[in-house]
This record gives sequence, structure tokens and C-alpha cells, in this order.
Amino acid sequence: MTGAHPGRVVVVGASAAGLAAVETLRRDGYDGSLTLVGAEKHLPYDRPPLSKQVLSGSWPVERTALRGQADLDALDVDLRLGVPAAALSVAARSVTLADGAELAYDGLVLATGVRPRRLVPAGTHGVHVLRDLEDAVALRERLGPGRRLVVVGAGFLGTEVAAAALTLGAAVTVVEPAPVPLAHLVGQQVGAHLARTHRDRGVDLRTGTAVAEIVAADGRVTGVRLADGTRLPADDVLVAIGSTPNTEWLRGSGLRVADGIECDEHCAAAPGVYAAGDVARWPNPLFGTPMRIEHRTNAAEQGMAAARNLLHPGEARPFAPVPYFWSDQYDVKFQAYGVLRGSSQARVVEGDLADGRFLVAYRTGERLTGVLGAGIPPRTLRGWRTAVADRTAWEEALSVP
Amino acid sequence: MRVEVEQPKCVASGQCVLAAPDVFDQDDDGIVEILTDRPAADRHDDVKEAAALCPAAAIRLVSE
Ligand SMILES: Cc1cc2nc3c(=O)[nH]c(=O)nc-3n(C[C@H](O)[C@H](O)[C@H](O)COP(=O)(O)OP(=O)(O)OC[C@H]3O[C@@H](n4cnc5c(N)ncnc54)[C@H](O)[C@@H]3O)c2cc1C
Ligand code: SF4
Repeated sequence: MTGAHPGRVVVVGASAAGLAAVETLRRDGYDGSLTLVGAEKHLPYDRPPLSKQVLSGSWPVERTALRGQADLDALDVDLRLGVPAAALSVAARSVTLADGAELAYDGLVLATGVRPRRLVPAGTHGVHVLRDLEDAVALRERLGPGRRLVVVGAGFLGTEVAAAALTLGAAVTVVEPAPVPLAHLVGQQVGAHLARTHRDRGVDLRTGTAVAEIVAADGRVTGVRLADGTRLPADDVLVAIGSTPNTEWLRGSGLRVADGIECDEHCAAAPGVYAAGDVARWPNPLFGTPMRIEHRTNAAEQGMAAARNLLHPGEARPFAPVPYFWSDQYDVKFQAYGVLRGSSQARVVEGDLADGRFLVAYRTGERLTGVLGAGIPPRTLRGWRTAVADRTAWEEALSVP
Repeated sequence: MRVEVEQPKCVASGQCVLAAPDVFDQDDDGIVEILTDRPAADRHDDVKEAAALCPAAAIRLVSE
């Protein structure tokens, strides 16, 4: 395939990563046949607004569309929406869809994302997860003054929903087994700051205790029971306890799948087969460690990188991004660059946690590996991003005023 | 090529500035600002990259 382009490319997963791959293929001059397969019936839409603008009601759902029909038409792509891929054979170079269609390919990009973990099977009225448009609309319709919401899990998703629900007038309880929410991700200090932020606004945040059971009567949720026996009544429960990569359909495909599709540093899972976005696990050369990243910008960056390496395998480039994410909590925007999880030290290098405007630097070994800011000017953040990208030594990074 | 941005959609990620620093900037709140809405031809690739990377689909390129 070096030199000449592949003649048939299939992209599975019609969301941020899949769309970025399709657009990059065309932008970089690929003019063969292109098929985009998506399990959802919608044109590609964006997920971050689901727990923010869509939930709070400030955006109509149409606003989440990533591209209009005209943009997609211009890509000359065969869209197969509302039909999941059911099987892959790497040996036969063929994808089988749930409706029986067989798609032979020369190049393949896998971007099937993740789905929420659940505590109870889907179906109990009032028990929610939040991943797709339907989830967001269903949850929004249930929130308002006089309603009681229990959120299971104080991760970024759970805390964003808590903030949005509170803004809508609901009474919100968040249950988190860890003593400090998000501490494993952002460290004790920032975790404690987030906990204070939510408590100050009126969220009943219960840490150090787990949900033992979701209680329902007549198929309708009535509350949760905690490990210590406490019963919390609720009209609705949101389960936000992490996610599982959508890889079951790849069983028997010949690909290696563990926690995500295992790729090399070029995002290749097999010759001609690439993975991108939430579902892909690959060794990031910048940090020398395998990662799977559930961040919106990574989906676009990796979709792009996968498409380029697919088109030009002879000049394949390692995918070595500085991960980036943001989270909106009330009126504060949190932004982080690099890898914060697993760091050995976190230090406030600007501002003050107490006044809510601050920048925290994270250290792994002798290196600066990440930064997190709240209410910090973009120029300052970009400087720190560059320092992370340049593998700057911790001492050196902190000595610069 | 003309560049348009939809500021209310912008999530202040700064991806556009990283990709095309001479075309995009951010205000103090991080919201995108356009430095030139008709970038020179040799900047078009980077501007397209910026639009593709924008996590909010807030950048539109209009060919003229
Ligand atoms: C509510 C919410 C809020 C978020 N907020 C933020 C945020 O503030 N900041 C941030 O950085 N990130 C955020 N994220 C994460 C971000 O949205 C994801 O990282 C991003 O959507 C990943 O894109 P993706 O294309 O890899 O996967 P997905 O968006 O999950 O897309 C995968 C697509 O593949 C489809 N699919 C699955 N299996 C199959 C199959 N077998 N065949 C065909 N299609 C299939 C799915 O239906 C889905 O449409 C948020 C996510 C959610 C859910
Ligand atoms: S990339 Fe998009 S969201 Fe990020 S700052 Fe630029 S316009 Fe805003």
C-alpha cells in the first residue's frame, strides 16, 4: 500500500474520532471508496455538551451536531448509520454489519468508543447513565425544582451533572467511595477543592461510602442504600462509575483486545488496521507508557493521526500527544495538559486553591508531566503545555518565574 | 478561504491557536478570536487542521 493509496477504506464508529479520520482521509487526498459505519442513527454529534449545555437546557440538542448533512455529502462518504458492526476478520479483511452487509476493506479505522458501566441492567425507570443524546434528553426531562437526584460516582461526569442538576433546582446527593473525589486523577489538594466547591453550592457530597444497592419498587427507582446502611431516597439515580471499551464485536477478529484495542505507537492494531479515540490503547512515546484516553480532543487528534498513518504507512509517525481535557463546573473551567494520574507530587505554582484561581504542576520521576489550571489565562497554560511537551525537568520547570 | 468562528460554542481549548497561531487567538477567558479571517494560501493547511481539531466544531471554513 506504500505509495499507492488503498482503494477501500472503512471507518467504524461515527463520532468524534471516526469523523476526524474520515475528514482527514479526504483532506489528505484519499479519493477511493469510503464507508462510515455508526451504531447510532444520528449524524455525528458532540458528547461534552450533553452533561453541560444540553442538560442545563441552554442548548437545543441540534446544536450538538458536529457537521451538517451538506458537510458530510461533500466528503462523498457511504454513511451506514443505525447499524453496528458485528464482526471483523483481519485475515479476510472484511467487516460484517449487524444487518448482514459485508464490507471488504484495504484500510480500516476502529473508533467505537466506550459505554458506561452500570450497576443494574437498563430498564429500571429513573436509573440513568449518560453517554448519548437519548440519555441526556431523558435525564434533563426528569430534573427540576422538587426533584431528588442521587449521583453515583464523583468523577468529572458525575460532578458536572451534579452542577447542572443543582442549577436546575434539583436536590442533589453525590456518593463517592473514595475519601476525596478525583484524588486518584488530580491529587488530594485539587480533589478537596472540588469537594468544597460542590458542598458550598449545596450538593450533599458523601465521600468514603459506596452504594450497596439501587432500591426500586414496581420497576421505578425509589433510592439507594449505602454500604453503611443509610437509605437515600431519590426520584432519579445517575450511575457515573466509569466506562467499558466497545470491543466485544472484535472477539475472534485476530486483534489484541485488553482494556481497549491494543495498538503500536502508530495507532496500528494490525497491518492496515488502526484504532482511535476512547477505544484505543497505545504506547505514548512522550511519556513512555501505554494509555487509553477518554478526552474529546484526543479523539480528534488520534483520528487524524490514524488516518494519516493509514494513508502513508511508509512515513508513519508515532502518535505522541500531550493529552488535554477540560471540565466546566458551575462558572469555573478546569483545564489540564499532560498526565496527572499516578504523579508523585503536585504543587500549586500560581494563584491559590482558596480563591479558586490556580495552577497546579504535577511531577512524575524527575519530570514535569502535567498541569491543571482553574481560571488561568490561556497564554500561561500554553507555556506550561510546551514545558510538558519538551519533557522539562521538574526543578527547571519550577525555577522559571 | 474565509474563516468564521461561533464564539458561543468555543470551549477555550486552544487547539486552534496551537495549530495556526497567526490566525487564531484567545481572549482572557480563553474564547477564540480571529486575527485574520482571510489567511494567506500557504496558511490554509494549518487552518484546516485547526478547524478539524476544534473539539467544539466552532470553526467554519467558507471557500470563496
Ligand atoms: C456526557 C459526556 C461529557 C463529556 N465531557 C467531556 C469534557 O468536558 N472534556 C473532555 O475532554 N471530554 C469529555 N467527554 C469525553 C468525550 O466525549 C469522548 O472522549 C469522545 O466522545 C470520544 O470520541 P470517540 O469517537 O472515541 O468515541 P464515542 O464518542 O464514544 O463514539 C463512538 C461511536 O461508535 C459507535 N459504536 C460503538 N460500537 C459500534 C459498532 N460495533 N459499530 C458501529 N458503531 C459503533 C457508538 O455508538 C458511538 O457513536 C465527555 C463524554 C461524555 C459522555
Ligand atoms: S479549538 Fe475550538 S474550542 Fe478550542 S479555543 Fe479554538 S475555537 Fe475554541
